Amino acid sequence: MTLLDTPRKHGDASDGGAIGARLSRLDGKLKITGAATYALEQPVDGLAYAVLVPATIGAGRVARIDVAAAKAAPGVRLILTPDDDLGLQPATDWNNVRASDGPYVPLPRDIAYNGQPVALVVADSLEQATEAARRLAIAYEEGPVTPGLDSPNAGEGSPLDQLSVAWGDAEAALAAAPVRVEAEYHTPREYHAAMEPHGLIARWEGDRLTVWEPSQWTHSMARSYAEWFGLPPENVRLVSPFVGGGFGSKGFSYGFGAIAAAAARRLGRPVKLAVTRPQNFAAYGGRAATRQSLALGATEDGVLQAIVLRGASETSTVGTWVEQVGAATPLMYAVPNFSARQRLVAVNTVTPGALRAPGKTPSAFAIESAIDELACAVGADPLEIRLRNYAEEDPQARKPWSTRRMREALAEGAEAFGWARRSREPRSMRDGHQLIGWGLATGTFPVIRNYGEALVRILADGSAEVVTGATDIGQGTYTILAQTAAEALGIPFERIDVRLGDSALPGAPVAGGSKLAGVMTGAVQKAAIAARDELIALALNDPNSPFRDTGANTLILADGRISAPRGDGPVVSVGELLGRIGRERIEVRRDTLPDHLQTPEGRFRAWTTMTTVQGPTAGDYSMHSWCAHFVEVRVDEDFGTIRVARMVSAFDCGRLYNPKLAESQWKGGIIMGIGMALLEEGLVDSRNGRVINNNLGDYLLPTNADVPDIRVIDVGIPDPHASALGGKGVGEVGIVGVAPAIANAVFHATGRRVRRLPITLDALV
Amino acid sequence: MKAFTYQRAGSAEDAARLAAHPGAMLLAGGTTLLDLAKCGVAEPDMLVDIGHISGLDAIAVDAGGATIGALAKMSAVADHAGMRAAFPAVAESLSQAASAQLRNMATIGGNLLQRTRCPYFRDPAAFPACNKRDPGSGCAAIGGVTRNHAVLGTSEACIATYPGDLAVALVAFDAAVRLGGRTIAVEEFFLVPGDTPAREHAIGPGEMITAVAIPASPAARRSTFLKVRDRQSYEFAAASAAVGLELGPDGRTIRDLRVALGGVATVPWRCRAVEDALKGTLLEPESVRAASRLAVEGAVAQADNAHKIDLAPRLVARAILSLGGLA
Repeated sequence: MTLLDTPRKHGDASDGGAIGARLSRLDGKLKITGAATYALEQPVDGLAYAVLVPATIGAGRVARIDVAAAKAAPGVRLILTPDDDLGLQPATDWNNVRASDGPYVPLPRDIAYNGQPVALVVADSLEQATEAARRLAIAYEEGPVTPGLDSPNAGEGSPLDQLSVAWGDAEAALAAAPVRVEAEYHTPREYHAAMEPHGLIARWEGDRLTVWEPSQWTHSMARSYAEWFGLPPENVRLVSPFVGGGFGSKGFSYGFGAIAAAAARRLGRPVKLAVTRPQNFAAYGGRAATRQSLALGATEDGVLQAIVLRGASETSTVGTWVEQVGAATPLMYAVPNFSARQRLVAVNTVTPGALRAPGKTPSAFAIESAIDELACAVGADPLEIRLRNYAEEDPQARKPWSTRRMREALAEGAEAFGWARRSREPRSMRDGHQLIGWGLATGTFPVIRNYGEALVRILADGSAEVVTGATDIGQGTYTILAQTAAEALGIPFERIDVRLGDSALPGAPVAGGSKLAGVMTGAVQKAAIAARDELIALALNDPNSPFRDTGANTLILADGRISAPRGDGPVVSVGELLGRIGRERIEVRRDTLPDHLQTPEGRFRAWTTMTTVQGPTAGDYSMHSWCAHFVEVRVDEDFGTIRVARMVSAFDCGRLYNPKLAESQWKGGIIMGIGMALLEEGLVDSRNGRVINNNLGDYLLPTNADVPDIRVIDVGIPDPHASALGGKGVGEVGIVGVAPAIANAVFHATGRRVRRLPITLDALV
Repeated sequence: MKAFTYQRAGSAEDAARLAAHPGAMLLAGGTTLLDLAKCGVAEPDMLVDIGHISGLDAIAVDAGGATIGALAKMSAVADHAGMRAAFPAVAESLSQAASAQLRNMATIGGNLLQRTRCPYFRDPAAFPACNKRDPGSGCAAIGGVTRNHAVLGTSEACIATYPGDLAVALVAFDAAVRLGGRTIAVEEFFLVPGDTPAREHAIGPGEMITAVAIPASPAARRSTFLKVRDRQSYEFAAASAAVGLELGPDGRTIRDLRVALGGVATVPWRCRAVEDALKGTLLEPESVRAASRLAVEGAVAQADNAHKIDLAPRLVARAILSLGGLA
């Protein structure tokens, strides 16, 4: 028997039940056929069309805007510029902090980055608004520009002491180590580039505002709009049933939304603002550029003695975003001495933001490249060196892992890939002009926990509804919540209807941090069990119930039918039972909040901020998802072109609620990782800080031709500490470690160590 | 966007007459024009739609050569069996260009006239200096991000790369452009920027491309198009090479050789120095590699594009040697 044959209980369909079944997405057909209505497709009567006008300088101020020619253009209804007082108040941030030094000015006169909005033009048609926007005469006073993290004038930035991590005496242990590898690793600005660009429709009815806007977090975004406009929270409704990709960019409201909603209020007419593709590179931030000096000290056998990380990341001059380059570094390997520090450098960019596995992704690029360099330095196999330094517990928190199936991931990935056949020396495998390289790297993503709320209805026709304000950004929320309800209710999956993506519905956290599935399956299960119990109680006690006199003290719900456990009594459908007892529906609303949050303030805070989040080490265990990526690249020896020929990746994400969707998420993350490794980079003009490849022709994402055969392997087991149903995060871990695996493979193919992403052909020619 | 009028031309003559109006632009597949209109570079007063003119999309291949109507779609030419047999480099240049969707829309005439992807040319709001758009305004690309800019045929006024693939293959095989009654060699049709980068083509007002003619040759029949880029599909060339090879009866002597480069020059770049150095010599890897370096004679690198000077000769050598069965 090999490892692959070991019987394993995953909580999948073979164990029985709807949870764990390989079901296709409930929203799939709607999206494929174009029937799903995205935010900007919402039919709203009387729309006016807004066009955002971005700054064309990198720093300075708007001296004046002459609007006369634009105002005179046909169809123009409104022009907003820094001269207009929009009357907005600051909104609360995700830490539940609200600036007291209002007002909120989304169209400021001072320019902090190229592409910052300087005006909004609203007209009867998009074409009219576009033409009028072109007629604005904008005069700037230009200031000195700091275009990027590595610019000569960027400076060293300021230390982030709260991110410093240290144990042992890392510097001394490094100096004393017989083997040292030290290098600097760079990752560039990267962008979400979701297929659905940002934008919104804002409609006012009196002092009530409805916003249709793609969202990963309806409740929090609605709260921002309410606070900007000084409205009670219940007066704002944010609707987002379908989202065309978010990747972290759609969790928050942005300035363009405030401007568009202010225009709609001023006009007394609904306004649609489509943020154009080029504007999507500056209307909100992507992943911050990072730089890491990383030193590993080890014995001659490659056993780690010290890790020293000195990192930096960029933020804007007007906001703080920390891309935590040390997010993965202390978790991956057992090491007695460790020191990590990070600095934050303000440059003229839009404030960066969360992009799939923030922090963990650039962090893993450095540590997982460095460990490969160490393997080379001591003559060890890259897989073997990872086992030699295996962390049996969380080296930083000193807590046991809840589950960490990294050994299994390495073993099963290696077996499926054929790693044992790898030749050690770089440039030792080729096929004609193609140099072949095999690389390996691992990844991690923390288990983040939070609370959720769901409403479950059992209806007179025997079907059921699940209702919550959580969103489905393509990862499968609709589907897995239907599976959860089906299993708990004993009603077939096909008869469960799920309503999502509306801030008027029950509370939910952000679809981010790879936690929504774990949180919301728990909430739905709780509500569904309560609904089932209520139905059974009625069936046992209602005078008109056929079970009233059977003497049973409980009943079984399965396949939409109710029966007594002994099997000799009546069998009636759920719908029939509800009819007999004269009930139209059973409706139960449940949340998973602890007692101390069972107040109006506590609930509001839980649904609209991150302050109720519990991190991976909040309890007795350290809880994370894990993965190992095995890559084959082919590099043309003359041209330097790199093609990923095949990949095998093994994952430990605990229990999978729907393996088909989990595998799809993993593959999506891996493909994004291929883009990060080989293609993606925001190119910034150093003279004016403009991102010049701000379109999908020039900002390169992998095409189908760039995506090889990808095999994903599940090595997880249910993790009872991580979530109610045993799952760990799935959505982000897939990208973590892909770039270093590819970089390590490129080294193996060519003997060239590239420490700056993306690895393009000019680095190898 | 700016308002314009729309006219549908019924014939080539009709189109030429309408196109003579000031501010008129021809619309065929629209893949370039609509894109440039969106980024504020093309601002026509009148669009003359030539897409409905009949008879301009024919592809005819015979012993003498090929004639391709200006309105033939890129995908139709790429998939044409006669073209693939007699002019593999031409067919391959098209199948590696753009994306399947664009190839199904874009026409051969429009493809030749596609304009540079220089990001400074395409962003007039942020970069007012562009001698191509606005003669005398300067060149924002020089001193900017220049990884994809040209190293050959540049001037103080412009370093924008000619982006196309097809024209590179056409230049290699002495193709000609028909402009109604007039015919001009493709090589002369494209103008290096010099002091007048706004003038890109030897085409006058009221003229329209009606066809492309390619003479048959043994070198065209034994030809290939190599395109190198970071992304495997849907990316402009970091460098490309169209190469045709005719060997003598001994199977070793180079009787005829055609070499042209794309992705590295301001126009499709014929490399006669390479051809002349190798014609009449024996096909040998060393001499081919040495001669291929002549392809980038006179190249001038900007800050970010020196790799193109290393890359282009390697493509030429690989293409020649692979056609000769040596790579």
